[in-house]
Amino acid sequence: MSEDIEIETKNLNLWYGDKQALKNINMKIPEEKVTAVIGPSGCGKSTLIRCFNRMNDIIDCCRVKGTILIDGKDIYNKKMDVVELRKNVGMVFQKPNPFPKSIYENIAYAPRIHGLKNKKKLNKAVEKCLKQAFIWDEVKDRLGDSAKSLSGGQQQRLCIARALAVEPEILLMDEPCSALDPIATAKIEELIRYLSKEYTVVIVTHNMQQAARVSDYTAYMYIGELIEFGKTKQIFENPYEESTENYITGRFG
Amino acid sequence: MKWKKIKEHIIYSLLRLTGLFIVCALAVLLFYIISGGMGKMSWDFLSSFPKDGMMSGGIFPMIIGTLSLMTLTMLIALPIGTLSAIYLVEYAKPGRFTDAIRLAVHNLAGVPSIVYGLLGLGLFVVFLGLGLSLISAALTLAIMVLPIIIASSQEALRAVPQNIREGALALGSTKWETTRYHVLPYALPGMMTGSILALSRAAGETAPIIMTGAAFYITHLPSSIFDEFMALPYSIYTLATQSSNVEATRPTIFGAILVLLLIVLCMNLVAIIARNYYRKKYRW
Amino acid sequence: MKHTMFSLKKFDYKKIRNIKDKTVRKILLGFGLTAVIFIILILAFLLMEGLPFFFNGDSIDFFTGDVWDPSSPNIPRYGILPMVLGTFLVTLGAIVIAVPIGVGCSIYLAEIAHPKIRETLKPVIEILAGIPSVVYGFFALVVLSAWIDDFFHSTTRLNALTGSIMLAVMMLPIIISLSEDAIRSVPREMKEASLALGLTKWDTIRGVVIPAALSGITAAIILGVARAIGETMTVLMATGNAPVISFDMLTSMRTMTATIAVEMGEVPFGSIHYHALFAVGIVLFVITFVINFIADKVMKRFREKY
Repeated sequence: MSEDIEIETKNLNLWYGDKQALKNINMKIPEEKVTAVIGPSGCGKSTLIRCFNRMNDIIDCCRVKGTILIDGKDIYNKKMDVVELRKNVGMVFQKPNPFPKSIYENIAYAPRIHGLKNKKKLNKAVEKCLKQAFIWDEVKDRLGDSAKSLSGGQQQRLCIARALAVEPEILLMDEPCSALDPIATAKIEELIRYLSKEYTVVIVTHNMQQAARVSDYTAYMYIGELIEFGKTKQIFENPYEESTENYITGRFG
Repeated sequence: MKWKKIKEHIIYSLLRLTGLFIVCALAVLLFYIISGGMGKMSWDFLSSFPKDGMMSGGIFPMIIGTLSLMTLTMLIALPIGTLSAIYLVEYAKPGRFTDAIRLAVHNLAGVPSIVYGLLGLGLFVVFLGLGLSLISAALTLAIMVLPIIIASSQEALRAVPQNIREGALALGSTKWETTRYHVLPYALPGMMTGSILALSRAAGETAPIIMTGAAFYITHLPSSIFDEFMALPYSIYTLATQSSNVEATRPTIFGAILVLLLIVLCMNLVAIIARNYYRKKYRW
Repeated sequence: MKHTMFSLKKFDYKKIRNIKDKTVRKILLGFGLTAVIFIILILAFLLMEGLPFFFNGDSIDFFTGDVWDPSSPNIPRYGILPMVLGTFLVTLGAIVIAVPIGVGCSIYLAEIAHPKIRETLKPVIEILAGIPSVVYGFFALVVLSAWIDDFFHSTTRLNALTGSIMLAVMMLPIIISLSEDAIRSVPREMKEASLALGLTKWDTIRGVVIPAALSGITAAIILGVARAIGETMTVLMATGNAPVISFDMLTSMRTMTATIAVEMGEVPFGSIHYHALFAVGIVLFVITFVINFIADKVMKRFREKY
């Protein structure tokens, strides 16, 4: 692999109480590419990417051992500012979860709190983010409407725009299309391809076709272990591991 | 950025202080009551009649009065409240009629206790001619705790998953059989704990019984439900505000308060323990 | 029937079961109606015993007069204003104290406190809620009033401030537990979204959680207020019970509830004074009814949102 490495995990272990959810994960996620994480339910896919922005911190019984380097910095280091980390690592969730505010406020909320108070600049930032998320044309005339009035697919694109508004380098996506219909899914996939020009995208998905369509690299996980990681083409066409092949050809999972 | 962190630190500390305030409030309250009442606690105090205008002697008739009042209240309120809740959850069909009942339950819960006293006085004491008596007071308190019992019973019934009912109905059970054999057994513990909490509320209630039958001083225990009675909360109130010798009655008041608190808190404790036990037992 | 495996005695048995089912349904309907009956009874008896006052007494003086002196040998006066003012001021004082502490504590419990601290604080709140009002009243009468006197050198030993503080402590459990519920029912995804944007926990609480839970918190406060207005024993024992018009929180005041409780024991049945006290009851009932109604509407709006 010749690309620059954005995220690197070294011997990453994670427990929920007594239950180990991640076992010795070692992987290197390249910069400005789309990396898909696939595997059967409960294999730790979501848990893994929630480590990258330390979202697991808010779960009380969760313990992490090992190192995760982002841009060469250990994010589980005591000195790491979680807030700064999350600014740098955006996240889009499984179910669209816009705030119960207007469309405009959903986007403007974070930049404003991070210190962007100038009204004009804020307007521009909102417009830019909405355009980047392919939703500007659909909402530009009703920015004041409640975000809840949008359709599910639109809400999800709004959430992506919201994540972009803090100008992250990495975008984590936790099954972003699982609650959406095929047309909305296609739009989001197109968006992901487009975003990978500027952002490092890590996407967790249940849907293998989706992984094949959108990703450059694929990681296959099984019961908390990383079984295989490599170029998507190679994983899908010529996996090294039998377990991967079984999963991909649909023998289980 | 630094200023922001300091600000957040201050806010968090203030929020923590509010939690501390709650603990302190309870601690101070309990400290005064326990330290004031502990000295009085003896078998003699619990089991003898008051003497010398209640400046000495025990609080036996008040304890008996409060306990019999609670028993009577429970006997009246429990069947009405639980059956009413069963109707509302299992039988009532959505619509105006049911909405009206819900609204009534809701409003009943918001009526001040003194207004229940007025109802008891007007309805039971005067209109029905029951006079100032144990039964008038118990009926009044029963109506007062009814909305609480209905609400907690409804919650317990709703916690039984719908598919249990569907399963029973699919086997050809009638509605009542389903309710009786497949819903009630699981909901009963929840209904009981809610009712115990409601009763503990009734035990400490003073305002309604002032007007419906509690007496300042009687030399004998009530011989029937149509007699006036002495009750702990009412005696605490009268002794604290109307006694001729404030200093001399104070230990008796503290003792009475401690006993009342013990009764109320024990009931609360039983309810909470039972609730936690059954919560673990039935996990849907 | 081909598939009958056991001889289920279908015929008679079924009939009995159905009759039983229908009977039970009717009986239960009767019980279901009790709440409605009681609410109607309350209204009926308040009106039955209260309206005679308006026919025989001076109803204009009742609403506008500033003197409540039913036992005056010359002209008994029944002006409700001093008590309405008393109720208002004592409740207002309690709100000022209880709302910041209550809402703050609910935020602390729902969002910040360590689970272990939460597990210890919750029973404390439940115990506070379970303590009878007469006990609070006694505490105010004996302990709190002495503290207030030492600290503020109050005009009268028992005063509105003592009542307000004690009422505030009694309101706290309601406000805390209901607003904690409201804050907790804000979906977790919403909080995660905000945290994932790199906002601090406090920014998230302030910017997302509290706005989302606001109507629930409001309803909690209103219900606490309704409870405070209807509370009798605590204010009766704490505020000193002088039915005078005054805005000084350090003087003695009397609320509507206390008036009924104090005087009802001493009036002859059927006298003007007796009916006047029921008239006060009507006013009290209407006020708490309206407040509960508002709380209900606000709460409904909150529930519909989530």
